[in-house]
Amino acid sequence: MATQTDLIPRRLLQTKPRLRPLEFVAEKMLALVAFVSIFFIILILIFVFRESLPLVIGTASDDIGKVSIKRIFDAAWMPVSNHPQYGLLALIIGSLKVTLVSMCFAFPVAILAALFTSTFAPKWAKELMKPAIEILAGFPSVVIGFFALTVLASVFQNVFHLHYRLNAFTGGIALSLAVIPIIYTVAEDSINVLPKSMKEASFALGATKWETSLFVLLPAATPGVFAAFLLGLGRAFGETMIVLMATGNAALISPDIFEPVRTMSATIGAEMAEVVFGDAHYNMLFFIGVCLFVFSFSLNAVAELVVRQRLMKRFRGSV
Amino acid sequence: MKASKKATGAGIVLLTGLCAFGIIGVVVFVMGTIIAGGHGMMTWKFLTSAPAQGMTAGGIFPAIVGTFFLVLIMSIVGVPVGTITAIYLSEYVRQDSWIAKSIRFAVNTLAGIPSIVFGLFGLGFFIQFVGRNMDRLFTPEGQLVWGQPCILWASLTMALLTLPVVIVSVEEAVRAVPKELREASLALGATKWETIIRIVLPNSITGILTGGILAVSRGAGEVAPILFTGAAYFLPHLPTKLSDQFMELGYHVYIMSTQSTNVEETAGIQYATTLVLLLLTFALNFSAIYLRYWMRKRSLQ
Repeated sequence: MATQTDLIPRRLLQTKPRLRPLEFVAEKMLALVAFVSIFFIILILIFVFRESLPLVIGTASDDIGKVSIKRIFDAAWMPVSNHPQYGLLALIIGSLKVTLVSMCFAFPVAILAALFTSTFAPKWAKELMKPAIEILAGFPSVVIGFFALTVLASVFQNVFHLHYRLNAFTGGIALSLAVIPIIYTVAEDSINVLPKSMKEASFALGATKWETSLFVLLPAATPGVFAAFLLGLGRAFGETMIVLMATGNAALISPDIFEPVRTMSATIGAEMAEVVFGDAHYNMLFFIGVCLFVFSFSLNAVAELVVRQRLMKRFRGSV
Repeated sequence: MKASKKATGAGIVLLTGLCAFGIIGVVVFVMGTIIAGGHGMMTWKFLTSAPAQGMTAGGIFPAIVGTFFLVLIMSIVGVPVGTITAIYLSEYVRQDSWIAKSIRFAVNTLAGIPSIVFGLFGLGFFIQFVGRNMDRLFTPEGQLVWGQPCILWASLTMALLTLPVVIVSVEEAVRAVPKELREASLALGATKWETIIRIVLPNSITGILTGGILAVSRGAGEVAPILFTGAAYFLPHLPTKLSDQFMELGYHVYIMSTQSTNVEETAGIQYATTLVLLLLTFALNFSAIYLRYWMRKRSLQ
């Protein structure tokens, strides 16, 4: 009995694909290159950590003598002096102050602007906002730093009668210019991907436009807004050039946001060029780098794993 | 009740609108300030002559050349790697496989690492580890060729920093290639590799170009990664080999505005250099935006 199989040439029915060396090699080569990102993440951790290792195992030393990792609890950051001190507290406070100022300003502004363009704005305003955000996101940080240093600092000093021209407040506001596009873009995206039915249901129940946007859309977009917050925070905390140019770079321990500060990132940027290679100061700068890496890595991991995967499912249901 | 509700609504629209237009206003203001301060100095001579009199006069030609070579070497390394990663991600692995997830996680992480950490990595890995060991093997005793800051290490550091930009952009383009094209190619007997080389790649060339341009724009604007991996304060000659140091536009703006001997006197140079940098990134960004727009329009048809 002739089955269907007999009518088809046997060659085409071979279940085993022919061995194609080129295909095989090509795929493996591509895979190898594709793993470069993962490979380098690991290398970054290893090699930034490697240069700070002497501190951890206790072989680091400066002109005075051995320097252990405990010295990060010194009272001040004075690595270049007769009695070097390596206290990170002043730098951590500096980073926190600038980040706080920038986030307090950037987060509400960016979220409200995103709400405006995704719900209230007429079409022409949307069309105007898109390139403006692209331009702002494209500003090199050194340009924002330069603007803050030459223009913003003088304006703020005159308006608020500040004692110091460059301070945490000026730096923070300048920094927010770099953070706003990130928060805005992620937040607007997360509002725009909400199902249309959500909006329509809210309107059908008699809610106004602003009630819908504030009490329906914004809560539904919470995971995205949270992710936007985390990404903005990471950028603000790690940004170097803007704070290096606009915060005055004095390692003070004080709660006043109108005093100059020295952030962790700016310290690396300012001091690495003049440091003695292999010296405790050098190791310490790399240790600060490890801290920045770990911080940004954890922020990203939280944004990835918790926000994108879990919260989104919970907030959106099975839509 | 109704009136107060209406008032609240109007207030909210006003507040959110104020934020949005505030952002637009700031963008216009920053650009206006820099254009106003810099356009007077922007002459052909400024662009084509070297700094003179201890950097208080003259132009920025070496910085332009340095920036050009920096982004060129960066693109030569970064664009192929990014393109291959994007193709592998979208053509070879399932989206929910652990490979795809971990590569994607790595790319997102890479995008979130502060740029100064890339600088540290460039110093710790490329210069202190790779460079030192290359010198140990190839260079006569007692000399430093690769174990010091230079344009090669700065470019490689920058390539790593801009890798996520390329990957995201190329992947979007590769995904936009219609499935039918791939299927038609496979049905005609082409292998997967042939399909990728002959069908997928040519059809996503705009995306690769967009990714490259965006990466160049980002690379030209970043200063922190090159602070101690190769940028120089002032050099009397242009870089001629990979182991030379170089001047760079962004770095020039930074040192001129913070460490110049006479900040007041060189204000014009600072503004003009900033303006050049700004115009450069603008031109790049807008051509990328235009290409992406054109690509999306075409893929919809």
